[in-house]
Amino acid sequence: MTGHLDVAAIRRPRAPGWVWAAALIVAAPLVGAALGETPIPLATVWQALANQLWGAGYPVDPIDKGIIWAYRLPRALVAGACGAGLAISGLILQTLLRNALADPYLLGISAGASTGAVLVAVAGLGATFLPMSVGALLGALAAFALVVGLARLSGGGPTARGAAQIVLAGIAGSQLFNAMTSFIIARSASAEQARGIMFWLLGNLSGVRWDDVWLAVGAVLIAVGSALWHVRALDAFTFGTESAASLGVPVRRVQGVLILATAAATAVLVSITGAIGFVGLVVPHAARFLVGSGHARLVPVSALIGMVFLIAADVIARMLVPGQTLPIGVVTALVGAPAFAIILIRARSAP
Amino acid sequence: MILDAHDLGRRVRGRDLLDGVSLTIARGEVLGLVGPNGSGKSTLLRLLAGLVRPDRGLVRLDGEPMAAMPQRQIARQIALVAQSAETSDRITVRNAVALGRTPWLDALRPWSDEDDTHVAYALRRVDLAHLANRDWSTLSGGERQRAHIARALAQDPQILLLDEPTNHLDIRHQLAILDLVRSLGVSVVIALHDLNQAMRCDRLAVLQNGRLRALGPPAEILDPALLARVFGVRANALIDPHDGSRVMRFHPC
Ligand SMILES: Nc1ncnc2c1ncn2[C@@H]1O[C@H](COP(=O)(O)OP(=O)(O)O)[C@@H](O)[C@H]1O
Ligand SMILES: [Mg+2]
Repeated sequence: MTGHLDVAAIRRPRAPGWVWAAALIVAAPLVGAALGETPIPLATVWQALANQLWGAGYPVDPIDKGIIWAYRLPRALVAGACGAGLAISGLILQTLLRNALADPYLLGISAGASTGAVLVAVAGLGATFLPMSVGALLGALAAFALVVGLARLSGGGPTARGAAQIVLAGIAGSQLFNAMTSFIIARSASAEQARGIMFWLLGNLSGVRWDDVWLAVGAVLIAVGSALWHVRALDAFTFGTESAASLGVPVRRVQGVLILATAAATAVLVSITGAIGFVGLVVPHAARFLVGSGHARLVPVSALIGMVFLIAADVIARMLVPGQTLPIGVVTALVGAPAFAIILIRARSAP
Repeated sequence: MILDAHDLGRRVRGRDLLDGVSLTIARGEVLGLVGPNGSGKSTLLRLLAGLVRPDRGLVRLDGEPMAAMPQRQIARQIALVAQSAETSDRITVRNAVALGRTPWLDALRPWSDEDDTHVAYALRRVDLAHLANRDWSTLSGGERQRAHIARALAQDPQILLLDEPTNHLDIRHQLAILDLVRSLGVSVVIALHDLNQAMRCDRLAVLQNGRLRALGPPAEILDPALLARVFGVRANALIDPHDGSRVMRFHPC
């Protein structure tokens, strides 16, 4: 019956759905900001926010205020944006490549973005005229072109074997770009720089600032917006690229726009937080499990699940080891790798 | 709506998949496409659907070159049921058929009751209304083929291109699809394997190695010489006492 609901949802977007989404978008970062080694009551978080936003004048301990406003809230917001953006990127790649295992991390796009960002950051290509996220975008696009080209050459496509080819090509691409990143660091970075970069490469949210929040949120809005604009075209890929074309979808243009949006979002997010794995792979599958394969619901639901997942992962990363903050990529991998295994097994038993 | 192909050629890696094919599909006619495996039937249908650009020649829709038309405009007039199109997505039959409405919808023209009507009608025509809420993965091969045809019908096309649509069907549904195709009142180009079924088309185009060997009413062109030359078979014609129609039995030459 989910299918029936899909059609209904396209016809008249149910108001409660949007209300829930909006509530979640507001509540999740606030809860994320409240939790931590020293929990702060949700009411205090709200009061600190109200003081900042419209000078409500609640009496809030300045230390709490500092923790919330300068540290936890931007962190939670970047985590949420990152989760939503990576989930949407994974969803778009899975749909366009007709491949259940497509994901910016697995396909080497994140690795390419890391290389681009590191190149700009250390090799003195000059952050002055080339921001890190632009370097990351160029790296991401180069990696995507390399991996898809390699997959094509080795017979990749929407068949079972082709699906494996693109993942193998992604592994090759990731290894290559990771090696290049290591090489750049070894050649050009000081020991101090190298330590920082290594930590960042694992996926890390420490030190995010409000500037990063706006950049991340902007990138995600573009990715989610372009996905929402193309929900019907994405649905049309259900039976493959040729079928989409025969349904009147300008396949090349849609692929171009969406891949570019995906690469841009991935690049911006990687340049802020480093490469975070498994979100883009696992979240769209969870969303499909909940709402079926219609993109009108799949796109917003994937974004929301991704947001909540990464905010939760960040809370865990801050609280798991007392007195220490784990890289968030470690937490997503701990949760994501088993989920990935389940997807692999299910894909095998699928018809 | 008249679809016409002029001197179509397509070359891949130095090999002609299609070479100098010219034909016109008249309004409302059923044109059968026959030929051995690999003779270029699917390639020709892809060119006619505007999915692939020809390397030589052109396809025109009502006199207008198709190369200059947006894909969406083509899809409102021509629907293609490809030889194989599969999905592992969890999707219901109704939603799969609803994809046929894609060329008629956009951000400013959302899904409406009219689209529901088209989808319901298409499902009824292929006798699948009772399976509308079933998951795609639970359908048999024949049911999937009929659902693909329903999707094409939901596109509300003037010209329907069908690539071996009777392939996975049991005999009753093969006949039902051929009857359905004839009753639609739209122009149809249908690639077929069974030459006896092909006899029921208005005209046949016979392809061999990418070239058009014959074009015309089946009774006139499917003569022993052509069958031997193109298909490598010898045919004996029998008369069905039931309705006096001609049936062919084939033997290797
Ligand atoms: N994209 C392609 N690249 C190379 N060869 C192709 C391609 N598409 C089809 N062919 C070849 O072209 C010939 C005609 O194919 P096709 O049109 O599918 O024939 P039919 O549908 O009549 O069986 C076959 O020999 C096939 O192998
Ligand atoms: Mg064929």
